[in-house]
Amino acid sequence: MEDKPITDKLVTSADWEPLIVAFFCNWCTYTAADLAGVSRMGYDHNVRVIRVMCSGRVDPQFVLDAFAHGADGVLIGGCHPGDCHYVEGNYKTLRRYHLLKRVLRDLGIEEGRLRLEWIAASEGEKVAKTINEMVEQVRALGPLRLTRRFKEWDAELASFEAEARSEEVATHA
Amino acid sequence: MPDKPKIAFYWCASCGGCEESIVDLAEDILEVAQAVDIVFWPVALDFKRKDVEAMPDGSILATMVNGSIRTSEQEEMAYLLRRKSQILIAYGSCAHMGGVPSLANQFSREQILRYVYEEAPTVVNEQKVRPQPRHQYDGTALTLPEFRGLARSLDQVVEVDYYLPGCPPTPKLLKQAVLALLSGELPPKGTVLAPDVALCDQCPRKETKPADLQIHEFKRPHWTQIDPEKCFLAQGVVCMGPATRSGCEAQCIQGNMPCTGCFGPTSRVRDQGAKILSALASPISAREPEEIEKILGGIPDPVGTFYRYSLAKSLLRAKVTR
Repeated sequence: MEDKPITDKLVTSADWEPLIVAFFCNWCTYTAADLAGVSRMGYDHNVRVIRVMCSGRVDPQFVLDAFAHGADGVLIGGCHPGDCHYVEGNYKTLRRYHLLKRVLRDLGIEEGRLRLEWIAASEGEKVAKTINEMVEQVRALGPLRLTRRFKEWDAELASFEAEARSEEVATHA
Repeated sequence: MPDKPKIAFYWCASCGGCEESIVDLAEDILEVAQAVDIVFWPVALDFKRKDVEAMPDGSILATMVNGSIRTSEQEEMAYLLRRKSQILIAYGSCAHMGGVPSLANQFSREQILRYVYEEAPTVVNEQKVRPQPRHQYDGTALTLPEFRGLARSLDQVVEVDYYLPGCPPTPKLLKQAVLALLSGELPPKGTVLAPDVALCDQCPRKETKPADLQIHEFKRPHWTQIDPEKCFLAQGVVCMGPATRSGCEAQCIQGNMPCTGCFGPTSRVRDQGAKILSALASPISAREPEEIEKILGGIPDPVGTFYRYSLAKSLLRAKVTR
């Protein structure tokens, strides 16, 4: 988790394109995404896929960090209920997802920006469909641009710093 | 006789509890006062800002600032004290992570001012007068500090060397910190001066936390007869212990109240709220969305509960659309 924006260009340019960070489970959704690739299914290119060993590995911090670094949406792909390679991981994801959605709503991030989808290894088409749907939904919501908002929030501080510096220059002159 | 090391205390957006905690050193404060010169402490000593301005830069060994940073004046004081001090310590939850005052980051500046000066039930203000940063009265210019758009932790405004956590920090931690300052045996810069393990590790009820914890229902402490021996989570009471640093000696737990998280997270965690969210949601006994929602309904205000002391330092910092 580095403190660098994922891509500042995307969130600040006028021709904005939604940026989706996707966490895909190694055993199902990631394999399905592979299948979509080998089967040459086209889907929107706005998604950056991160492979995790289980959807249960997706710490809510990862989701918040993705938003804080400029993501407009976060997609989590896991195994269908009952199919988890680690038995319980996807249920834990589901429970956290419900609570995280409430926290996000209370902090002003629209519901459509976080999505959890169960996609089995054979469901390549569902990967393409889910990504396309989510890109459309996030496009309709517009940019989140948190990296830019953070800078705007702190502009009130920067002005004071500049003031202090100019005062210092004045006293040393 | 060589000069004694100089120490300063200052408060920003805070309740005064941190100041109390310094006084809570009780007789030990005499020992501290013998070893150091307290050169600035507005709540107790009559030194003014101009006295601090007159000091050479870096002449104070250490300054402990409590409170979050909400106004331009607090920012200025933070800059001034940073410049005058070799070591700057964020003292207490508010300076450390924004604290309770940073829960106001869920609202815009306008919402806050409108409520406080117009809408609060105890306010009578027919002309809707609001404080102005500048005002002419009788040919004299009067000024007030600017109320900023966000409450911030101290390290979101100036560089901070150490953190003393807690709401407020315990006198024991303060004494240890002062002794470390005097001996010069200081940990790496940026360290939180408290043990780096979760509170559960020090909790007297540790043994009663089931390995396979299951939460069937969340109960609110004031509506619940709490068993004084048993792990709060095992009783369905929200306890921030798993996501909170120890060092408080489990004082709230010993008073039969759950942890509310004032010591902040351990060094491996970046967002205390996200961590307690994981710890509370994962062991819920339900598997169906409706059932899960029903159980989660027992936590009416997740942001106010999970980020009670740390919203300013959370990954999102505030409600993003205010």
